Amino acid sequence: MRVSVSMARFLRRFGRHKLAVASAVLLVVLAGAALAAPWVETGLGAESTAVSLLDRFGPPSLSHPLGTDELGRDVLVRLLYGGRVSLFVGVAAALASAVIGTGIGLLAGYYGGRLDDLLMRFTDGLIALPLLPLLIVLGAIDLTRLGIPPEVAGSEDASLIRIVVLVALFGWTTVARLVRGATLSARRRDYVLAAVAMGADSRRIMLAHILPNVAAPAVVATTLTVGNVILLESVLSFLGLGIQPPLPSWGNMLTNAQELVGTAPMLAVWPGLLIFLTVIAVNLLGDGLQDALDPRTSGMR
Amino acid sequence: MTRFLASRLLQALVVLLMMSLAVTVLMTLMPGDPVDMMLAGNPRATPVDAARLKALYGLDKPLLERYWHWLQAALAGDFGFSRLYAQPVLSILWPRLGNTLVLLGASMALTLAVALPLGVYAARRPYSWADNAINLFCFAGISVPAFWLALLLILLFAVELQWLPASGLGPVGGEGWWERLPYLVLPVASLTLASIGGYTRYVRAAMLGELRQDYIRTARAKGLGEERVVWRHALRNALIPIVTIVALEFGALFSGALVTETMFAWPGMGKLIYDSIMGNDLNVALVALLFATLTTLVGNLLADIAYVALDPRISFKGDAA
Repeated sequence: MRVSVSMARFLRRFGRHKLAVASAVLLVVLAGAALAAPWVETGLGAESTAVSLLDRFGPPSLSHPLGTDELGRDVLVRLLYGGRVSLFVGVAAALASAVIGTGIGLLAGYYGGRLDDLLMRFTDGLIALPLLPLLIVLGAIDLTRLGIPPEVAGSEDASLIRIVVLVALFGWTTVARLVRGATLSARRRDYVLAAVAMGADSRRIMLAHILPNVAAPAVVATTLTVGNVILLESVLSFLGLGIQPPLPSWGNMLTNAQELVGTAPMLAVWPGLLIFLTVIAVNLLGDGLQDALDPRTSGMR
Repeated sequence: MTRFLASRLLQALVVLLMMSLAVTVLMTLMPGDPVDMMLAGNPRATPVDAARLKALYGLDKPLLERYWHWLQAALAGDFGFSRLYAQPVLSILWPRLGNTLVLLGASMALTLAVALPLGVYAARRPYSWADNAINLFCFAGISVPAFWLALLLILLFAVELQWLPASGLGPVGGEGWWERLPYLVLPVASLTLASIGGYTRYVRAAMLGELRQDYIRTARAKGLGEERVVWRHALRNALIPIVTIVALEFGALFSGALVTETMFAWPGMGKLIYDSIMGNDLNVALVALLFATLTTLVGNLLADIAYVALDPRISFKGDAA
């Protein structure tokens, strides 16, 4: 009963946020289109990886609605497959960041004292590092020198997993700080003290009593992280250090765009436009979630 | 205060040490050997030459020993030579730092000149259509990929309209600074457009918080003009969190500059960091990355000090963290 009441309240508050609702719809459409990529591919009869040098820079046509790129590949189909990659990386890295951040925030906030000091100083230190340059170094290192066999290091999945891991390594700090703050205040509440008095062990108190009460800020921060991850992935792939071609991502589709901007300007427009629309939709969605889930902090950020 | 500074200094030293060690280790994991890269263009180079060069750069020694040598020399003020530019690291660094400061300074000034009035304007009429429009504009600014924005600006103003140069620093040894001005327009515009949104949101939120306070009501009640209430009373207090954010974002500026400078071939710190990493120039990359880290640390410290200096309600006493 309580769950349905709070759910109704959430939906009512969220529904007031028209931009957030529109963003949610846009994201569903984008994700749906990305998932439908194989059907579009067979429907158009245009394979995403088929290189055809005779069809370079083709204009929009019935078989290529958005034309072809510098290798004669269909732009629309590649955009859809690129969307799969960019959206997957965004969501996966944000979820991984959320798990790490929630864990560290809970431990620091619950145990306090030395552990809290240590974890928070570590977090501060990590935040002080120049993120993009470090990701560039980490993106450029040769995995075979870490003893990973070349056939694994060179596979498509490796560049996907690698960027998720890299971003998650640095992306958890915001969630950790928020969860720590919320844990600190939840720990002193009567219901937690009651659970302690009844002899519940620390793990149970953290997971069953504190976690549900810190979930709202964590969900909001995770949503906003998705947008930031997509931006990071796009810039790393653009620089040639993220998702490796021939696997398309919205970022690596722009890698050659600067040299080709004079010949094929639209090749520079489409992938960036999709990144832009996705990230703005994710951020507006996060804003709406914040108002709906966590009304006390709305307007403060 | 002293204790606070001491703990911050210690933390900064630890971060810089860890950072330098991590970069040294990571750079050895980069593809390609720096000496092989140097000799790649020289057909007369023999394996003996390669071995001699490796010994010269100390590359035949174990990693930790090399790092220890670098650290000792660095602490004595010697940051070594750049393999890529064949010059002492610091003589490469300073001119680029100057170029970056010109770029960042111009875009920061422009950003604040737009964000302050815009944020105050939005906060004075919350949830009006104007506020909503500004809010959407801010979200657009936060969400746009900086490199794509730069691409669009190049496409529009350099390729289509041909009003402005697409890249570079301008003519070498030209008549004066005005010859370089056109080269500054697009990079500054791209940095500014990407950062106005975030700052406007901060200004709006800070102003909104202040305008709800009792002292504002008091000021209005005693008949003070609305403009005076907003600009002299509310904005003054709203500036406390805004100054803090400006200081906190200081280090992040280098990351933003990296993309913009690379896109526009602007020879600043950001491009230097990128080029040195890509060219496997460890000495330059180390110093440039440490410098960027140091900037963030100093920015954080300034933010804390500014917070205390501007707000008499807060003090360092009894708060070591």
